[in-house]
Amino acid sequence: NLLFPLSLGQCAGEEKRVGTRTVFVGNHPVSETEAYPAQRFCDNRIVSSKYTLWNFLPKNLFEQFRRIANFYFLIIFLVQVTVDTPTSPVTSGLPLFFVITVTAIKQGYEDWLRHRADNEVNKSTVYIIENAKRVRKESEKIKVGDVVEVQADETFPCDLILLSSGTSDGTCYVTTASLDGESNCKTHYAVHDTIALCTAESIDTLRATIECEQPQPDLYKFVGRINIYSNSLEAVARSLGPENLLLKGATLKNTKKIYGVAVYTGMETKMALNYQGKSQKRSAVEKSINAFLIVYLFILLTKAAVCTTLKYVWQSNPYNDEPWYNQKTQKERETLKVLKMFTDFLSFMVLFNFIIPVSMYVTVEMQKFLGSFFISWDKDFYDEEINEGALVNTSDLNEELGQVDYVFTDKTGTLTENSMEFIECSIDGCKYNGVTEEVDGLSQTDGPLTHFDKDREELFLRALCLCHTVEMKTNDTVDGATESAEFTYVSSSPDEIALVKGAKKFGFTFLGTRNGHMRVENQRKEIEEYELLHTLHFDSVRRRMSVIVKTQIGEIYLFCKGADSAVFPRVPVDEIEPTKRHVEHSAMDGYRTLCVAFKKITPDDYEKINRQLVEVKLALQDREEKMEKVFDDIETNMNLIGATAVEDKLQDQAAETIDALHAAGLKVWVLTGDKMETAKSTCYACRLFQTGTELLELTTKSIEECERKEDRLHELLIEYRKKLLREFPKRMTRDPTSGKAWTDQEYGLIIDGSTLSLILNSSQDSSSNNYKSIFLQICMKCTAVLCCRMAPLQKAQIVRMVKNLKGSPITLSIGDGANDVSMILESHVGIGIKGKEGRQAARNSDYSVPKFKHLKKLLLAHGHLYYVRIAHLVQYFFYKNLCFILPQFLYQFFCGFSQQPLYDAAYLTMYNICFTSLPILAYSLLEQHINIDTLTSEPRLYMNISGNAMLQLGPFLYWTFLAAFEGTVFFFGTYFLFQTSSLEDNGKVYGNWTFGTIVFTVLVFTVTLKLALDTRFWTWINHFVIWGSLAFYVFFSFFWGGIIWPFLKQQRMYFVFAQMLSSVSTWLAIVFLIFISLFPEILLIVLKNVRRRSARVRTKFIL
Amino acid sequence: MTWSVTARGAHQPDNTAFTQQRLPAWQPLLSASIALPLFFCAGLAFIGLGLGLYYTSNGIKELEYDYTGNSGTSNCSVSCQCAWYFSLPELFQGPVFLYYELSNFYQNYRRYVVSRDDAQLSGLQSALRQPINECAPYQYSAGGLPIAPCGAIANSLFNDSFSLWHQRSAGGPYVEVPLDRTGIAWWSDYHVKFRNPPLVNGSLALAFQGTAPPPNWPRPVYELSSDPNNTGFINQDFVVWMRTAALPTFRKLYARIRQGNYTAGLPRGAYRVNITYNYPVTAFGGHKRIIFSSISWMGGKNPFLGIAYLVVGSLCILTGFVMLVVYIRYQDQNDDDDDEE
Repeated sequence: NLLFPLSLGQCAGEEKRVGTRTVFVGNHPVSETEAYPAQRFCDNRIVSSKYTLWNFLPKNLFEQFRRIANFYFLIIFLVQVTVDTPTSPVTSGLPLFFVITVTAIKQGYEDWLRHRADNEVNKSTVYIIENAKRVRKESEKIKVGDVVEVQADETFPCDLILLSSGTSDGTCYVTTASLDGESNCKTHYAVHDTIALCTAESIDTLRATIECEQPQPDLYKFVGRINIYSNSLEAVARSLGPENLLLKGATLKNTKKIYGVAVYTGMETKMALNYQGKSQKRSAVEKSINAFLIVYLFILLTKAAVCTTLKYVWQSNPYNDEPWYNQKTQKERETLKVLKMFTDFLSFMVLFNFIIPVSMYVTVEMQKFLGSFFISWDKDFYDEEINEGALVNTSDLNEELGQVDYVFTDKTGTLTENSMEFIECSIDGCKYNGVTEEVDGLSQTDGPLTHFDKDREELFLRALCLCHTVEMKTNDTVDGATESAEFTYVSSSPDEIALVKGAKKFGFTFLGTRNGHMRVENQRKEIEEYELLHTLHFDSVRRRMSVIVKTQIGEIYLFCKGADSAVFPRVPVDEIEPTKRHVEHSAMDGYRTLCVAFKKITPDDYEKINRQLVEVKLALQDREEKMEKVFDDIETNMNLIGATAVEDKLQDQAAETIDALHAAGLKVWVLTGDKMETAKSTCYACRLFQTGTELLELTTKSIEECERKEDRLHELLIEYRKKLLREFPKRMTRDPTSGKAWTDQEYGLIIDGSTLSLILNSSQDSSSNNYKSIFLQICMKCTAVLCCRMAPLQKAQIVRMVKNLKGSPITLSIGDGANDVSMILESHVGIGIKGKEGRQAARNSDYSVPKFKHLKKLLLAHGHLYYVRIAHLVQYFFYKNLCFILPQFLYQFFCGFSQQPLYDAAYLTMYNICFTSLPILAYSLLEQHINIDTLTSEPRLYMNISGNAMLQLGPFLYWTFLAAFEGTVFFFGTYFLFQTSSLEDNGKVYGNWTFGTIVFTVLVFTVTLKLALDTRFWTWINHFVIWGSLAFYVFFSFFWGGIIWPFLKQQRMYFVFAQMLSSVSTWLAIVFLIFISLFPEILLIVLKNVRRRSARVRTKFIL
Repeated sequence: MTWSVTARGAHQPDNTAFTQQRLPAWQPLLSASIALPLFFCAGLAFIGLGLGLYYTSNGIKELEYDYTGNSGTSNCSVSCQCAWYFSLPELFQGPVFLYYELSNFYQNYRRYVVSRDDAQLSGLQSALRQPINECAPYQYSAGGLPIAPCGAIANSLFNDSFSLWHQRSAGGPYVEVPLDRTGIAWWSDYHVKFRNPPLVNGSLALAFQGTAPPPNWPRPVYELSSDPNNTGFINQDFVVWMRTAALPTFRKLYARIRQGNYTAGLPRGAYRVNITYNYPVTAFGGHKRIIFSSISWMGGKNPFLGIAYLVVGSLCILTGFVMLVVYIRYQDQNDDDDDEE
C-alpha cells in the first residue's frame, strides 16, 4: 500500500518513451567504434517512505486536512478563532488537535519504520566486481551495468541478469517468498556463453551489452537480449527471458554464489513497481455514514439559519436588541448589519457543530482496527497444516463481510483441496485403474482387453514422465511439496506431480534432469536418457504444454498434454472417440482429465522448428504473440495416446459451507477454469447443485448444434427467461417478503467462457446489449451459477457485471491462485485462501483464511457481528450528538438567540471524548446480540441484516426521532422544573449553569443507559466501561466544580454540580427525566422480546 | 526446518476467552415476565412519589404582587416610594422567603453572561486595575478609571428595596418585620468565589481607590452596606445578582424572614410592603414582582414534578396492563399452536 508517484517519475521519465534500454555489462564499453547513446538510470535507492524530517509536518497536515471531515472541523475551528463565538476555540480545537496528533504520530511512526527498513536495504553491503576485484559497497550505490556477486541465502539487491553461478550448468535456485509468497525453489538459468565465467577475474573480461525492455511491473514477464562480444567483433546474441532474471527481493538458495549484472535498480525494480497501492475499497457502511453526514450537515445549517433569522426578527424590537442593562460596545454598533448576520450564522454553526462529531471518525477507525484482531485471533481459523490462522490485510471492510449478496468462488484449491491423486488413465481407448499397486498391474483393467499393446502403454508412460516441468529436489532442500525417501518432486502445478507419481506407480520413474537430459527409469529398471530440446510452456490460452525430446537413438519426439478441448482438434478424428468417452466419464466423476498426444518429428522438421523457436525466443517485440503462433504451428498433426484422470478431493466441509451460505440467502457462483463436466460434478459434490436443481446450460456444446451460434444463443436465452419468469411471479405473490429460493424449484445455470464472451462482446448490433440484460435476468433468478472455462479476466468481468447490477449487490470473491487475483481485486471483498498455488491470492486479498470452510464463520458470525456493531455505533453516535445539541438549540429561544451555550465549555469538549466514548467503543468491539454459535448454526439470521438493513432510512429516522424526543424531554423537563422560586429547601436560587448541568447530567446518563439497554452481551469490560463512565462523569463534575481554576477567565462551574445535588427536587427530576427518556426504548424492547419469544416458539413447532 | 515450525507456531492464536470472544457475559433479556412486574412496581412507586410531591407542592403558599406600575392599577408608577398592602387571614407558615421576580430580562444573553470578571470579583489586585475585555463597554469609566465591579451584570444590579411592616391589630401601628438579608447567596459564592480586595490601612474604601463604580450605581461598591461582612464584592444582594438566571423570567431571593416573632412564619394580620422603586423595567417590556413564599423539602411551589410523576406512574401501570393483554394473547396463540401440533 505504498505509493511511489514522484520518485519513479523523476528516474524513468526520460527513458520511458524509449522502448528498450541498453546496459553495458560491468560498464565496460564494448567497442570504441560503436557509440551508444549514454543512458542515465536511477540509482539503487529504495524510497518507500513518504516523508522526510523536513516535510513531515506540512505534508502530513496537508494530507490529513484533505479528508473532508478533518477539513470541516478545521473550518469550524478557524471560525471560532476569528469570529466572536459562543464557545471557546478549545472546545473544537482540542478534539481536532487530538485526532490530528494521534494520526500524525501513527503515520510518523509507520514512516519511521519504513525509513528504517529502507535504510536497512539501502545500506546493506553488497559485493561488486570492479576491475576484476571484489569491492564492498552499500546497496544503494549499485548502478545499472554493475556486476554483482550474491552469496547463498542473500537477497538480490536489484534486478539482475544471471551471468554465471558456481555450477557447471549455470543454474541457480531462487525462492520468491517475499515477492509472491511462493516458497518453492525456482530454477533460473544463465546464458550458455557466460556460464564459465565464475571468478571475479574472468567475469571482468566479459564484454557484452544487454538490451531489454524498460521496467514494467509484471513479475513473470521479461524480454531481453544479450550481445556478447568475444574476441571477434561480431556479437553473439542470446535471448533473455524471465528465467534469466533474478528479481530484487528474491533469495538465492542452494547455490554458493552467482554473478549477475544489474539491469533494473532502485525504484525501477519489479518489486518496487509492484508496490503500487491497491485501490482503496470503501464499504457500504461508509457510504451510509457519508449520507447521514449530509443529512446532519443539512440539519446543522437549517438550525443555524433558523436561529439567525429568528434572532433578527426578535431583535427588530429595539429594546430586545440593546436593552439598557446590556449595551453594545461602540465597535459592535458600528459593524455592518450584513457582516453581523454572517458572523451570527457562523456562531450558531459553531454552537451546533457538535452535531457532527469529530470523535466518531476516531471511534470508527479504532473499532475497525481493533475489531479486526478478532478475526486473526480466532482459533477456528487456525489451520494446523500450514500453521497459520486468518490474516486481515485491511480492516476497512469488516462490516462488509456481513453484507455479502453474491459469493464468487474458485473451484480448484478453494472448493477442492488441490492435492491431486492419480486415479485412472485411458490408453488407446482402454481404461486402466490406477489403484493397482503392482508394477505389472496394467493388466488389471476394467476396459475391454481386446488388444494389449505394450508399446502404446510404455509410450504413454514415457510421455507422462517426460512431458512436464517437474523438478527433483533432494530432501534437504527448502520446501518439498511432496515427500519421498530420497527426493521430492517440486512443481508449480500439483497435477504434474500427480501424473509423474502416477507413472512411477506403473514402473516409470522420473529421475530428474541432468545436463539437459531427462532421466527415466523404466519398468525393467533401466535408465533411459532423453535430451530435452525444447519445452513449450503451459499457458492458459493454449491450455496445453509440450516438450520436444531426443531419444538416445536420435529420434525426436514431441509429447503434448493438455485439456481435451485443446488436444482433440489436433489429433486425427478417428482416434478421439473411445478416449473421449472415457474422458467424459472421468469428468462426470469429478476428476480432472488431461489428454496426452505425441508426434514424431523428422530431423528436417526439427531443424525448421528449432529455427523458429530460437528466433521467437530472441524476439524483443511481441514475443508472446509470436511464440504462441509458433507453438500453435508445432503442436499439430499429433497422435492421441490416451488420457489421465486425476482426483481433486473436495475440501473439508465444503458442502456444508455452501449449504450454510445458501441458507443465509447468498448466491454462490463458481467460477473456474476447469472444464464443464468436472466442474459440474464438483458442484454436485459440494451441493451447489442439488438433485432437484434444474440446470440451464449455456455452453458451447448446447449452442453449437446450430449453424449460427448467436441465433441459437438468443433462442436459448429467451427460452430460459420464459421458463424462469413463468416460475417466479407465482412465487413472488405467495411469498413477497423474501427471495428464499430453496423452498421452490431451484434453477442452476451453467455457462462457459466462450459463450460468456459471445454474450458480452457479441456482434456490435443492438442485440448484444439485449443479450446481456436477458442473461443477467436469468442469472439473478438462479440460485447457483457455474461458470467454467473462465480466463482470469473473465472472472473479474463477471464480478464487475454483478457488481453493477441494480441495487449494487455486495460481492465477495474467494480464491487461492494467481488466476483469482483479478476477481479478488474486483469484488467488494476479496478473500484469499492460503493454498498450494502460492500466496498471490492471499497477498492481494482483503482477508485470507486457510480453508474454504472458514468462510462460513467469517461471514455468518464475524461479518454479522461487525456489521451490527458498526451500524449501531454509527447510529448511536449521531443519536447522542443530536440529543446533545437539541437542548442547546431549544435554549436559544429562551436566551434571545444570543448563542449562549447551555453547557459549560468543559462539558462541550469532554462529552464526546470522555463521557460517552468508551461505552460505545466497548460495545462496538464486544457486542454479540446473538451468540456466535447461534449465528453459525442458524445461517438464516444473516438475512436479517442484508441490504444494509440497520442503516436504512427507517432505522435512521427511528434513531433521529428518538434523539429529538429525548432532547426535547431533557430541555423542557428542566425548563418546567425551573418554574419555581427555588429548588432547594433553603430557598436559594439556581442560575443558568445549573440549568445546563441538570440537562447535561440527564443527557449523559440517558445516552449511556440507552446503550446499556441495547447491550445484550455484558462482559466485565462493558460493566466497567459503562458504570465507569458514569462514575467518571460524576467525579469529574465534582472536581471541575470543586476548584477555582487559575487559568480560566470565568469560574462559572464553581460548586454548581455539588449545589445541584444538594436539592432533592433535582434528584427526583433527573431520575424522572432519565426514566421518561428511556421509556419508549424499554417498551419497544419488551414488546420485541414478547414477539420474538412467541415467534421462536412458533418456528420451533413448525420446523 | 525446525526453526520455521517454531517461528510459525507464533501464528497460532491465543486460546483465551477474550481473543475468542467468549468472555463470560451476562445476557439479560427484558422478557415480559421480568418487565411486567417492573412496570407495575415502577408505576406504583412513581404514583406514590407523585402524590407526595403534589401535596407538598400544594401545601406551599405563595403570595405575589406585580408592582411594575401599569397605568391605573398600581400606585408605584410615579413616585419613588410606593407601598403594597395585604392582609393574611391566617398564619403564613414559615419559614417565609421574600423573592423578587423580573420578566423579559435576559440575564442569560450571551453578551451579558460573559460581561464580568471573576478574577476581579475574587479580589485579585491586578484584575481590579485591569478588568478583562469582556466587561466592555463597562470596562473603564468615562474618566478612564477601571470600573469595579466591571461588566454589564454588575452595572445592572437590581436596586429596588423592600421593607415589610406588620400591623398586629387593626388600627394599630405598623411594626417593621426584620428581614434577614444574609444567607441568601450560595455558601461557596459568598465564602470563596467572591472576595474583597485586601484592605488598605484597614479600609475597604482605600482598597477600591483608583476605581470607578459602575455607571448606573449611585454609590461605590464598598458602600453597598454598612456591615463590613456584607459590603464590597461580598454584598449578598450583589452575589445573588451575579449568578445569572437561566431563563428570561426569573426570581431572586431577597431576604429570609426568620427572626423575632416571625420564626414560625407571618402571623395573621395586615401587612405593608414599602417599596423603594428605582429599577426601570418598562423600557424593555419587563415586569417586576414581589413574592412571599414558604419553602418545603422540595423547594418552592412547583406542581410540575408531582404531576409529571403521577402521569408517568399511571402510564407505567397502563402500559403494564396493555402488555399483560398482549402477552396473554400471544401466550394463547402459542397454546393454539400447541394444540395444532
